Formats: sequence, structure tokens, C-alpha cells
Amino acid sequence: MTVGGLLPVAVLLLDAATGQLGANPIQRATLQTGLLTLALLVLSLACTPLRLLTGWTWPARIRKTLGLLAFGYAALHFLIYLFDHGFDLSLMTEDVLERPFITAGFTALLLLVPLALTSTPRAVKRLGFQRWTRLHQLAYVAVSLGALHYYWGVKKDHTQPLIYAAVIAGLFLIRLARRAPNRRPGRTRPRTAAPD
Amino acid sequence: FTRPARPLGPYDTSEAVTPYAQATSYNNFYEFGLDKGDPARLAGSLKTRPWTVRIDGEVRKPMTVDIDTLQGWFPLEDRVYRMRCVEGWSMVMPWLGFPLAALIRRLEPTSKAKYVQFTALLDPKQFPGQRQAVLKWPYVEGLRLDEALHPLAFMAVGLDGRVLPGQNGAPLRLAVPWKYGFKSIKSVVRITLTEKQPQTTWALAAPQEYGFYANVNPAVPHPRWSQATERRIGELGRRKTLPFNGYAEQVAGLYNGMDLRRYF
Repeated sequence: MTVGGLLPVAVLLLDAATGQLGANPIQRATLQTGLLTLALLVLSLACTPLRLLTGWTWPARIRKTLGLLAFGYAALHFLIYLFDHGFDLSLMTEDVLERPFITAGFTALLLLVPLALTSTPRAVKRLGFQRWTRLHQLAYVAVSLGALHYYWGVKKDHTQPLIYAAVIAGLFLIRLARRAPNRRPGRTRPRTAAPD
Repeated sequence: FTRPARPLGPYDTSEAVTPYAQATSYNNFYEFGLDKGDPARLAGSLKTRPWTVRIDGEVRKPMTVDIDTLQGWFPLEDRVYRMRCVEGWSMVMPWLGFPLAALIRRLEPTSKAKYVQFTALLDPKQFPGQRQAVLKWPYVEGLRLDEALHPLAFMAVGLDGRVLPGQNGAPLRLAVPWKYGFKSIKSVVRITLTEKQPQTTWALAAPQEYGFYANVNPAVPHPRWSQATERRIGELGRRKTLPFNGYAEQVAGLYNGMDLRRYF
């Protein structure tokens, strides 16, 4: 799973080494790592709705790996951005403070840091399940900011960013529908359904 | 890559020319599609002969002229120009063509002419990108008359001594090197002298982001990204963007007294 998730890095490196990234390889690598981050975040967010709808248990088991992979690609995306700007932190600060497009992406990355740091079973125990769960709801904010970052980042054609936004909204709706207790009289939330 | 062998003229840059393979494979030409590779991949559908250019508006002799006749009016010359895209990348392009001023003078503008409007081909059969309403088609651009008469403003019909490839705007395109690349309209079919400022495509699509003037200006950021630096295609790092794309000495005078933050 993790190995499979890292395959795009190998492809990216191979493409870079053989000149397959085109005339503007840095820009291409930035876009690809950004898209991988967003796609993996969406997949990690799809695990619970999938389990709720199908009763399958395997999605919940791969959720953590998907989330960590997403964080890995987000970090790589940020590193490429820094490299692109000659690791000039004043330029980065200006971008983060003055350009909403960068602010959204940077904030999303920051939000993922505590989630990655508390991804171990020990962290769940230390924080307590409720608090850990509350903390990990930051993933919703992060994925939304990521989609916004993508939307603001494209020059004109918003089709792809809107598809991501629609999928994210759909996943949120499934969760909300499953959680609204008074809409489903006589049915209580299954105790195993961890809000996430 | 060692063109040009000829001595450089007063309007040429001596910077290294972008390799032909990159200049013809990394293009923004939404008429073919949104991806940088779409134009090179799909340019085969563009038929550049026969091709006519309609000349109308505030000119003494409106006419429709064949492209070969039109380019035969002027001796063709080489110009090595920097090209700065609004997205933050740049190239050095060895154009072949003629000064726009020579064309305008030949058309004899009337005293009412204040602007030059350019219109690109509208044909979704040849331009698959026009089947989607990403922008308002056809693509329209424009210059103030004094900008159009500036010796740097150039009409290109070739690149690197060869016929202009479809993906670079064949058979006739504008090259205004001190402005962002989107001003340099491709595949022109109509040139109209007007009294009023033309409604240009990107300024219509996103007026807060793209102005009519679109002069390269590192001090005025795009609302979503900085314009202070650029990546020259073929280089890994970034370089500082220069006011008017390095042509300030020649063109800054055109904008004396104008607030360039307002007229971005």
C-alpha cells in the first residue's frame, strides 16, 4: 500500500531524469504533487462514507496510510515550491500573507502536520479517542482548503477543481446524512461508527 | 542552438534563444486546448493557406487581403525578442516578420483611429478548444495606436527562419515584447482600426486580473501570484522580471503620466 502510494514519486523522478516533464519541469512537478495530495486526501475522506454505505471494513484500515501519503505529497509539493523560489523565506512569507491562493494551500499543509504527528495508536491513547477524533476533523478543513487552493491556482478552466469540490461536498453530505439522528427515527448511530 | 548568425539589430536581445523544440511544444493557445502540449499536438488541424486578413474600421481603404500578398508588402526581418508569459515563465523567440507600424501606415488610418483591434480565427473545426466556452471566442486583442506604431511592435509570420508553426500562431501573429504574452494574439484574421478601446478577451474574462495594457511589471502582482520573478524555459531557477520585460528604455515613454498600477 505504502509502496504503491510512493510509485508516483518514482515515476516523477524517472520522468525528470529522462526529460519527460516537458519544457517547464518544476511547474509540472508542482502540479503533479499537488494533485496527488488532493486526490489522496479525498480518498482518505472517502473511507468512512464507503464503510457506512457498504459495511466493508477494509476502507477504514487503509485510511491512515492514505492520510500519511497525502501529507507526504503535500510536504513534497511545498518543498518543490520552496526550491522554485530559491528557498527565499521572505518571498514565501510574502506569498503566504498576501496571496489567498498560497495562504489556503499553506494553511492546509499546516493543518495536516498535527494529524500526521498523531497518526500512531499511541497518540490516540495519549489524547483519548474523543479528543483525537476532534483533532482529526481538521482533515475536513484541510481538504476544503486544498480544493480552494487548486481552484484559485488554475488560470481559467475550473472544471477539474470543481469536480474535486463536488466529490468532497458529496462525501461531506453522506457523513451528515448518516449522522443526523432525528431524520432516522428508531435508529441510533452504530457504536462502532467513529466520527472522524 | 546558435541562431542567429546575422548581426543583432537594435531591437534584438543577445540572450540565448529558447531551443526550437521547447518554443514549439510549450504553448498557451487555448483555441487548441488548455494544456501546454495541446497546441503542438493538435495544430495539424489548422489550415493556414488559403488565409485572408480583413482590414477595416477607421482606415481609408478597407480590404480583405491574402496572407501571401500581405506579407509580400514588406521585407521580412528577424527579431530576437524576450517573451514573458503572465503565468511567470519566459522564452527568447527568434521571430521573422515585419514591423506592425509599416502595416498600419500602409493602411492609412483616418484621424479617428485611436486603437488597433486584432481578431483571431473563429472556427471550432480547426480550433477544437473553441468547442468549449473557456473564453469568449474569437480571441480579441488590441493596442493603443501609438503602441502599435512603436518600432518594437511586430507581426510575425515565421520562427527561427522557418514558416511559423500552427502552435505558435500561424500564419500571422502579433509580438509585443514589453507586454505579457497573451497580448500577442495568434492566427489573426482581422485588423480593425477603432476609435474606442477594444474589448479584449482576457480583460473581459477576468477584469481584476488582466488589464488592457498588460505591460510586464514586476511591481504589480497578479492577484493570485507574484510577477516579481520568472522562469526562463530551460533554466531551473528563477530570474528577476524587469519592468516592461527589459524594454523600459524604449517604451516607458509611451506611458508617461499614467498610473501603471491602475492601468495594469
